[in-house]
Amino acid sequence: MIITNRLKNQHLLWRAGFGPTASDAPSLGNISQKKMWEQLIKSSSKSPDKINVASNRFDGLMQGIKDIEKMKELSKEDKKELRRQSADDLKNLNVSWMNEMITGKDQLREKMSLFWHGHFACRVINIYFQQELLDVIRQNALGNFGDLLKGVSKSASMLQFLNNQQNKKQHPNENFAREVMELFTMGRGNYTEEDVKEAARAFTGWGFNLQGEFVFREKQHDDGGKTFLGKTGNYNGDDIIDILLEQSQTSVFITKKLYRFLVNEDIDSTKVDWLAKRFHQSNYDIKKLLTDIFTADWFYEEKNIGTQIKSPIVLLAGIRRILPLQLSDDLSQLLFQKALGQTLFYPPNVAGWPGGKNWIDSSTLMLRLRIPQIIAANETINIQTKPDDDVMMGMSSEERMAAKMNKDYADKGVNVTVDWNSVINMFDNVSRDQLLQQISDTLLQSQSRVNTTVLEKYLKTDTRENYIKSAMINVMSTPEYQLC
Amino acid sequence: MLIKRREFIQVGSLATASLMLPKFLKAFEVPRLVPAGNKIVVVIQFSGGNDGLNTVIPVRNDIYYSSRPKLGITKDNALSLTDEVGLHPSLTGLKSLYDDGSLGILNSVGYPNPDRSHFRSMDIWQTAANSNEYLTSGWIGRYLDAQCIGCDKPTQALEIDDILSLALKGQNKNGLAFKDPRKLYSSSNENYFKEINAGHHHEEETVDYLYKTMSETLSSADYIYKQSKLHPTGSEYPKTGLGKSLKTIASLILSDINTKVYYVSLGSFDTHVGQENKQKQLFTEFSDAVSAFTADMKTNNRFDDVLLFTFSEFGRRVSQNASGGTDHGTANNMFLISGALKQKGIINAMPDLSDLQEGDLKYKMDFKNVYATVLNKWLNADDASILGKQYELLNFI
Repeated sequence: MIITNRLKNQHLLWRAGFGPTASDAPSLGNISQKKMWEQLIKSSSKSPDKINVASNRFDGLMQGIKDIEKMKELSKEDKKELRRQSADDLKNLNVSWMNEMITGKDQLREKMSLFWHGHFACRVINIYFQQELLDVIRQNALGNFGDLLKGVSKSASMLQFLNNQQNKKQHPNENFAREVMELFTMGRGNYTEEDVKEAARAFTGWGFNLQGEFVFREKQHDDGGKTFLGKTGNYNGDDIIDILLEQSQTSVFITKKLYRFLVNEDIDSTKVDWLAKRFHQSNYDIKKLLTDIFTADWFYEEKNIGTQIKSPIVLLAGIRRILPLQLSDDLSQLLFQKALGQTLFYPPNVAGWPGGKNWIDSSTLMLRLRIPQIIAANETINIQTKPDDDVMMGMSSEERMAAKMNKDYADKGVNVTVDWNSVINMFDNVSRDQLLQQISDTLLQSQSRVNTTVLEKYLKTDTRENYIKSAMINVMSTPEYQLC
Repeated sequence: MLIKRREFIQVGSLATASLMLPKFLKAFEVPRLVPAGNKIVVVIQFSGGNDGLNTVIPVRNDIYYSSRPKLGITKDNALSLTDEVGLHPSLTGLKSLYDDGSLGILNSVGYPNPDRSHFRSMDIWQTAANSNEYLTSGWIGRYLDAQCIGCDKPTQALEIDDILSLALKGQNKNGLAFKDPRKLYSSSNENYFKEINAGHHHEEETVDYLYKTMSETLSSADYIYKQSKLHPTGSEYPKTGLGKSLKTIASLILSDINTKVYYVSLGSFDTHVGQENKQKQLFTEFSDAVSAFTADMKTNNRFDDVLLFTFSEFGRRVSQNASGGTDHGTANNMFLISGALKQKGIINAMPDLSDLQEGDLKYKMDFKNVYATVLNKWLNADDASILGKQYELLNFI
């Protein structure tokens, strides 16, 4: 394969963002990777605005409940209503964040936020807590890993999800302490069960109030001496996190995971060791680590290009960037997310989405191949996703309504309007005999290409416009398009 | 500006496409008879946490009735199994199976440190993980990994659903999900997919993996559809979701297909409110569908080869709540149904309601013992490697 300048730039845009847009695609051959990387950094340098979607209704319900104790006084019905409204608002948070990924200039920030969203995977149905955690992640996505870790560790979402509200001096709960080490910093095998116990004691008293603010409950904190990773002192939670950050294993663990996400599922340990060392030396400067990766020659080597399976979110966002479109119902995106196995704010568990080949089974692959067609032809989809009992909460009438909505949706299909002019404009300067090649090169990162003769059979040839449209859709409906 | 689907699709020649099928797909076309005595498992998942205490009812237990003044099912209303035990009134089909010696009941099945979140607990049951570990593959998927090395048919485990459950995802192999054999994949692009598949000759590992999955899906779709038409069952099934699914499963069991495990869900059993009606409705659907299915298997002399079992991610609390329902609990019962059970009826002790943990049943049997037994004794599989540990085997088969 000839690795053209355009291919390298597209590679960078897919890995450091969600792929090229219809408007920037034509000029991608004329810029260097270094320049493009500088642009990506620059357009993500501004602090992001917080995404705030909590509805007035939810706000209203929360009014008057000032503390956890009062929450207990709420009637069962009110509590249920609160949770239901919260679950609804979470859908809007999902859609708003997706929109940032699709239309936002800060591609690098959102892509890294998606990484951290999977790394600090958290499944709670409280819109305040979730939008606060998302804000911590987006604010720190390119900053300092230590700040990010502390912010996440003190977020109501994570403290609730990992039961640290129940971690008290008299009855320690080890869940949070364990996952901080196993999943967030060092990885299994680098600490003992005794370290988990001692860390849990240090985190006693870390909690939150109903507004989602961090609260340190001194009475519940165990201020006795602890021995953690070979050190002894009257440690609190911050001390434990600092000790974890001192460990070079933490930088190796994070770098390895990031390498898998950004570069290749196959780890090159020499490169990871080099990157991790520098990450540790920089005191966990995420932007520096990313610069090390994206400005390295090896990042643009053939074996790293087009060999990654797009996650459902990357796939869906990528389609919408290159195929500008309007949906009659934004929430329909959630159906796709769910059916493809990645719903934002609903990770499978605290370990996050496993990724790679795990995205693919026959159902998800066939749906992936059909999505461009569904969008372009306004086709109906006939899929019923599995119910989520944690969200349904046994409300049979709610459940019935959700099922009905699902059915309405399947019957009607989603109303999509594709802005085909932008798509056609992409190829203004391309001659007819070069069109198919150019379309493939714009859409695909893989070395493999569908045989042109086979493809041509399925293309519309009456007008140049229809030819481009049908070529776009057919090339996107291939296994190759699943890769970036 | 919209373009119509038809504009994209030109009719390709299926005949041409099939001539171009890669060699490994040709294997699908060679008929291979399933040997007699081929053992089959049908798993029915009760999604949402079924209330086991109102399913298999301790009809002479005072604690049961005092904890459930409204929700408790009286001895008169329950279908009597023994002096002590009754079945939910809607489970008439199960009562017949009990009388017939084809029903086994396991009580107090669960796992240590239970999780009360539906999602997490279902995750644990589907992956057979311990409650503090996270696995990305399911127990049936790992059975496929072990069983299916070098095999060309990914149809050994099938789920009747639009979306594949984690239970059927392996590390290397996945089961296959479909609702209707005819519509396993959308036909709109069938020819296109077949042709690009036939034309694919590349060495790239990941691309190849995707093409392999695609071609396996396409050819499995053909294979399953053909098999389902081979000996379609003539028996009557209820026209419910589960009825239709079990009818599809029966037709496939009667064919020559190589499927060993079928998986289907029923729900939602999340009965915080209005439990009485909800459970009644679901149990009627369950009982009627299973009655039709077992009768069908008997007529066709296959009932001794089929083991059907049910599970739910957790049971409910012993006490009823204020909304005519029950909240999330822990241990639960499982139904085992087959013509070849070695232990029948109520296999182990009923739950001890005087020995609870914060109002919840204590589990007495790890569900992984059941999986190990099914894998080892029924499917002849290496249970220890699939479950990551040797679990003691039970004697019900």
